[in-house]
Amino acid sequence: MQDFTRRSLLQGGTALAATGMLTGPALFDFAKAWAQSAPWKAEPGAKLTVMRWKRFVPSEDDAFNAMVAAFKSATGVEMNVFSESFEDVQPKASVAANTGSGLDVAWGLHTLPQLFPTKVLKMNDVADYLGKKYGGWTDAAAKTCKLGEDWLGIPVATNGGYMTYRKSATDKAGFKEFPKDFPSFLEMCKALKANNTPAGFALGHASGDANGWLHWILWGHNAWTVNEKDQVSINSPETAKALEYCKALYETFIPGTPSWNDSSNNKAYLAGELYCTLNGISIYVAAKTDPTKKELAEDTYHALHPVGPIGKPTELQLTLPILAFNFTKYPNAAKAFVAFMLEKENYEKWLDGAQGYLQQTLNAYESAAVWTADPKNAVFSQASKRTLPASGIGTVGEKAATAIADFIVVDMFANYCTGAKDAKGAMAEAERQLKRIYR
Amino acid sequence: MADVAIPRAKPQMSEAGAWAQLKHNRNWLGFWFMLPAMVFLIFFLAYPLGLGIWLSFTDTRIGRVGHFIATENYEWLWDDSIFWLSVFNTLLYTFVASAFKFGIGLYLALLLNEHMPFKAMLRAMVLIPFIVPTVLSALAFWWIFDSQFSIISWSLKHLGLISQNINFLGDTTWARICVIFANIWRGVPFVAITLLAGLQTVSPSLYEAAILDGASSWQRFRYITYPLLTPIIAVVMTFSVLFTFTDFQLIWAMTRGGPVNATHLMATLSYQRAIIAGQLGEGAAISSAMIPFLLAAIMVSWFGLQRRKWQQGENND
Repeated sequence: MQDFTRRSLLQGGTALAATGMLTGPALFDFAKAWAQSAPWKAEPGAKLTVMRWKRFVPSEDDAFNAMVAAFKSATGVEMNVFSESFEDVQPKASVAANTGSGLDVAWGLHTLPQLFPTKVLKMNDVADYLGKKYGGWTDAAAKTCKLGEDWLGIPVATNGGYMTYRKSATDKAGFKEFPKDFPSFLEMCKALKANNTPAGFALGHASGDANGWLHWILWGHNAWTVNEKDQVSINSPETAKALEYCKALYETFIPGTPSWNDSSNNKAYLAGELYCTLNGISIYVAAKTDPTKKELAEDTYHALHPVGPIGKPTELQLTLPILAFNFTKYPNAAKAFVAFMLEKENYEKWLDGAQGYLQQTLNAYESAAVWTADPKNAVFSQASKRTLPASGIGTVGEKAATAIADFIVVDMFANYCTGAKDAKGAMAEAERQLKRIYR
Repeated sequence: MADVAIPRAKPQMSEAGAWAQLKHNRNWLGFWFMLPAMVFLIFFLAYPLGLGIWLSFTDTRIGRVGHFIATENYEWLWDDSIFWLSVFNTLLYTFVASAFKFGIGLYLALLLNEHMPFKAMLRAMVLIPFIVPTVLSALAFWWIFDSQFSIISWSLKHLGLISQNINFLGDTTWARICVIFANIWRGVPFVAITLLAGLQTVSPSLYEAAILDGASSWQRFRYITYPLLTPIIAVVMTFSVLFTFTDFQLIWAMTRGGPVNATHLMATLSYQRAIIAGQLGEGAAISSAMIPFLLAAIMVSWFGLQRRKWQQGENND
């Protein structure tokens, strides 16, 4: 979800890649043994065309490719893997679903499998197999992929963002421990501003960052775009409170946040101008791998989102589900591949390669080495547990995804915070747009 | 000539079949020559345009066939404040940027038309902003106007003129000024070079005659250069207006329509709704709503070109 400055990750990524996975022969041995005992036997002569989102962390890609190669050699399945940028994955998968050709497997974002539930291969057996073996799926991950009792895809991973802050600044502001609720979080931001070490969160059209923190604020106040029955409920006193709170926060921010995109906070933080923001682990990784930013990396810590008046976590993290189309000629090969990826021998190394950028959706992987290798990574292991589905309390699916993509919540908050609209006007505009999407 | 040829050809033609007629008739011959261009235009221009308009009457989403919903998309947009804001932004952007581009472009063209050292080199240099890929120049401007790392803010701060960064892309008015500035920077060379080409077609003898008659340099511009340049001004400004009106890359790279939609143009809003949010029908309606404006711009050019004929007829020059 959060933007990576790719260049900054390049150097660090490749260094870790070498240590980040099973060495060749061991991986192949495991793959062979697995292929013989796995419940899904790939069809003879099977060929899979797999589309995935374009990696941000090179070492993650390396780990993924190593898995693909091992799978190929163990099962004899011809694998054709290609990647597309975040924005292009969904349209391409949709076209494949429409035309019934071109792809066998697609690894995408958000609620991808929900967009064409009649065109996907049901993965119930794979989900059961993995869920039983690895301590069950997290709530949000399951909801994102399930329609009724059927699994339309498998939630491979989550890409979460957390509070990224400079401990020296928050200490100086009088908060030895990162705030756990909204009022003290606001107090801290005020103190940070007073010390000229401001916080800042994107209020521009930053699909990852802005949607992430503004939904957290909205939901934290028990305000929702739609209720459980998918009726639009944005125009509410709770939303008004969320707007008020957000405006108070906004006044403590570093100037310019309404113009921020997904990479702005990374840049400002790494330049030492920003002292607290919400981001994926990328800021920390970039600082850690840059020898000139050693102090900044040491001073950087991560924390969970403070919990709002609602009394429970209301984070919005990005789920990354994989699906197979039901028109594939090789359904067993597809299922085998998905299951293979999530086996411990592969998955933990893969998480390692991702350096914290990806988080597990299966509970057992909370103990994966990547979370303990660096104590500052640990917070991220909670992402899939603490997030809500992208739809909040409403139904997961296309409509919720559209509302997020069209920045309805972001614009509502930005309208109010920058003074472009009053609370009523901002809510009314959001309500009108939501009603159209949920018609 | 043609009148003489027809009676002779007639007996042959009545004997020949329809196919032979199609092959040899002069009028049809013209048609055959036009055919490749026509096919090209139909496939690559008319068809997408028609498809876009059709889509705007449906509720198509990406990857899903839509149903005909008549003018529902347009009715929705009619009450959509963001859409009207984007219309306002587009008009503001187009008019302000085009006016500046014309003024600066004409000035540059007149300047470059003078005899001066390194003339060829200077003319080539003027084209640089036009040659740089739009996205690259947009990214450069994005950095120049960055809220934290702006070189302008930095310089002014070090000169002690301001104490805090200027909120270039975060403030509504500033953001509009910045994107318009970037557009002007990019668009001036096109106007300047095209007008320069126009200036060079003006016969020097006209100026000589005017000088002999004692015309001032303003009079020479007003009564010789300007009238003779009118047709090319019409064409160049039409193109300039069309390019500006449909601009997308600059905005998308610099602001994504922000802050709070203050720089959303119709093109960027259409992209956001159609491709990012997946509502192809609504996005198509927004881009179809651009057609009347574009047609109006083309009409201006059409009448501009007409005037040239009148001028030539009346002036007998």
